[in-house]
Amino acid sequence: MDRMPKWADVLLIPLINLLIAFALSGLVILAIGKDPVVALQTMVQGSFGSTNGIGYTLYYTTNFIFTGLAVAIAFHARLFNIGGEGQAALGGLGVALVCLSIQWPHWLIALPAAMVGGAVFGAAWAFIPAYLQAKRGSHIVITTIMFNFIAAALMGYLLVEVIKAPGSMASETSPFPPGASLPTFHEMLAPLGIEFNRNTPANVSFLVALACLVFFWALVWRTRLGYEIRAFGQSESAAIYAGINPVKITVIAMLISGAFAGLMAINNVMGEAERLILNSVEGAGFIGIAVALMGRSHPVGILLAALLFGFLYQGGAELSLWENIPRELVIVIQALVILLTGALDGMVRGPVEKLFAKRKPA
Amino acid sequence: MSLMKSLLGAAASLALSAGASFAEPALIFDLGGKFDKSFNEAAFGGATRWAEETGGSFREVELQSEAQREQALRRFAEAGLNPIVMAGFSFGSSLETVAPDFPDTKFVIIDMVVDQPNVRSVVFNEHEGSYLVGMMAAKASETGTVGFIGGMDIPLIRKFACGYVQGVKAVNPDAEVIQNMTGTTPAAWNDPVKGGELTKAQISQGADVVYAAAGGTGVGVLQTAADEGILSIGVDSNQNYLHPGQVLTSMMKRVDNAVYEAFSAGVDVETGFNVMGLANDGVSVAIDEFNEPLITDEMTAAVEEATAKIVAGEITVHDYMSDDSCPVM
Repeated sequence: MDRMPKWADVLLIPLINLLIAFALSGLVILAIGKDPVVALQTMVQGSFGSTNGIGYTLYYTTNFIFTGLAVAIAFHARLFNIGGEGQAALGGLGVALVCLSIQWPHWLIALPAAMVGGAVFGAAWAFIPAYLQAKRGSHIVITTIMFNFIAAALMGYLLVEVIKAPGSMASETSPFPPGASLPTFHEMLAPLGIEFNRNTPANVSFLVALACLVFFWALVWRTRLGYEIRAFGQSESAAIYAGINPVKITVIAMLISGAFAGLMAINNVMGEAERLILNSVEGAGFIGIAVALMGRSHPVGILLAALLFGFLYQGGAELSLWENIPRELVIVIQALVILLTGALDGMVRGPVEKLFAKRKPA
Repeated sequence: MSLMKSLLGAAASLALSAGASFAEPALIFDLGGKFDKSFNEAAFGGATRWAEETGGSFREVELQSEAQREQALRRFAEAGLNPIVMAGFSFGSSLETVAPDFPDTKFVIIDMVVDQPNVRSVVFNEHEGSYLVGMMAAKASETGTVGFIGGMDIPLIRKFACGYVQGVKAVNPDAEVIQNMTGTTPAAWNDPVKGGELTKAQISQGADVVYAAAGGTGVGVLQTAADEGILSIGVDSNQNYLHPGQVLTSMMKRVDNAVYEAFSAGVDVETGFNVMGLANDGVSVAIDEFNEPLITDEMTAAVEEATAKIVAGEITVHDYMSDDSCPVM
C-alpha cells in the first residue's frame, strides 16, 4: 500500500488542496466584482507586512495551536473530540477564577497557576464524554458536540448571573489584577532592541504553545503512554490483547485533549482580553479540527496549519477593513480552505496516489 | 521578484490611499450586523443619508470577533479616519484603551458613556419614548393586557420596559403588562423564532398589543402579531411599513440622527456627554401612512400633551439605569 513518498503525503497534498482553495476563493472575489490579486496582497500585507499584522496573526495562531493539539492527541487514540470549543470555554472560566482569586504579585507566578486552572477545567469538561465513551459506549462525537452547547449555556448563566462585573452592561467579569497581565511581544522584545507594535495581542502564551508542541511530540513518540495511545488508535482489539486498558487510555487521551483546549484560555482570556467575556473562544475549538487534520496530527504540521489559519483570520479582518469585502464572504473563503484541506482531502489524494503509482510501477 | 515588487506596490498604494483619505469618517457596526432592520441599520441609514446629501464617502466595517473591536478602532484611527463612530455599548472597554492613544482623532460611541477628552458619548432617553408608546398601547388595547418582549436581559432593555410600563399605567392604572426577555446572551438580539413563540405565549395570556425592544428578534414578534391579528410596536428604526395597518407605531431611537450629526460635524464634532431625548428629537413616535388608520385623535392629543410635559419637566419618567430599579415593576 506504500504508494507515495512521505514528502508527498505531508507537503504536496496539503499544498495542492490549498491552491485549489485559493483559486476557488479568487473566483468568489471575482464574482463580487473585486480584484482577487489585490485581495491576496491585502491579506498578505495585513498579516505579515508589519509587526502589527504579525502580532495579530501570531495571536490567532497561538489559539489554533492549542486547539489543534487538543484534537490531534485525541486523533491518535482514534477519538474525534469535537468539544474543543466547550473545553476551551471552560478553560477560560478556570483561568478567570485563578486570575481573580488573589492580587498576583508577578505574571511569572500567575501564569503557571492560570495554566493549571485552564487545563484542569478543560480536562474536567472532557472527562464526562470520555467516561461515557469508555464505560457506556456513548459516541464521543455526539457527546462532545452536545457538551459545547451545555458549556455555552453554562458560561452564559455564570457571566450574566454570578461572576458578572457589577454595574456593567456587557456580560463580562471585572478586569484581572495587573499582576496577572502577561507580557506582550512588545514588552518581551524591547529589551533585545527589537521594536514590535505595542498594541497587538500576541503575548508570551505563544512561547507556551511552542513548548506544548515539543511536549506533544515527546509524549506521543517518546513515552510509554504515547505508545499505548497510538497502539489503541491503530487497533483497539490488538491493544487490548497486548494488555492495554481501553477505558484508561480513552479517558487519559481525552483528559490531555481537554487540558490542551483549556490551556488556550491563557492566550485569549489572560493574554488578550484580561477579563472573561461571553463567547471568548469564537470558533477556535472548531478551527482546531481543521488544523489537526491538515497538520496530520504532527506538531510540525499543526504549527504550519495554525499559522495558515492565523493568516486567514488576520488577513480576513484586513479584507473587511480595507477592501469592503463583506464579512460573510471572508467566512466563505475561510470555509473553502477548511473544506478542501479537511473534508475533501481524498479528492486530491486519489489522483496524486495514482500519479505516483504510474511513475513507479511496483 | 515580480511578486515582491507587486507586494511592495500594493503596500505603497495602500499607504497612499490611506493618506489621501484623511478626514473621511468611519462607522463600525456591532456583531449584530449591518442589516438587522433595527439598531445597526438605523446607524447605517444615518451614514447613508449623510453620504447622499454631501456626496462624501465613509468607511464601514462589520466585525467578526471580539478581538477585532480594538483592532478596527486602532486601524481606522491609524489610517487617519476621523471621526470614528461605533454603534453599541460593547465598544466601551475597547474605546477606553484606544482613545488616549489617538488624541487627535474624535470618537463617537452610541449607547455608552466613555469619559475621555476626545470621545463623544451619545445616550438616548429610551424611557421617554417607551413611555409614549406605552400610553398608545394602553389606549389601543381592548383587553387591558399588553405585552413587552425584550432582547437580551441587560439594564438598557429594562430601561425600555420600565418606561413602557409607566406609560401604560399612566393611561390605565389597572392594565396588566406581561414582560418577557428573549435571552441572556447576545444571540437574543437575533432570534426571531423565539420572539414569535414569546408573542404567542403573551397572546394566550390576553395581550393584544406587544412592544418589541429586541433588535432582530423583533422581526419575529411583529410577524407573529400580524399573523395572529393583534397590534405590535416596533423599535429603533421606523418599522411601521413591515406590516401596514398592524404595527401600532414604532419607538424610534434616532441612532441615524446621532450618526448623521457626527458625520456632518466631521473632525469638529463636539465631544462630551450627549443625551438625545424627546426634547431634541433623539427619540420619537413614528406616525406615517402605514399606521395612520390606527391612531385616534385622542391618542395623538394624549401623546402630544405628554411629550410637552416631559420636555417641560412636568412629567418625569423614571430611568431604570439611574438606580437599577423600577418603581412600577
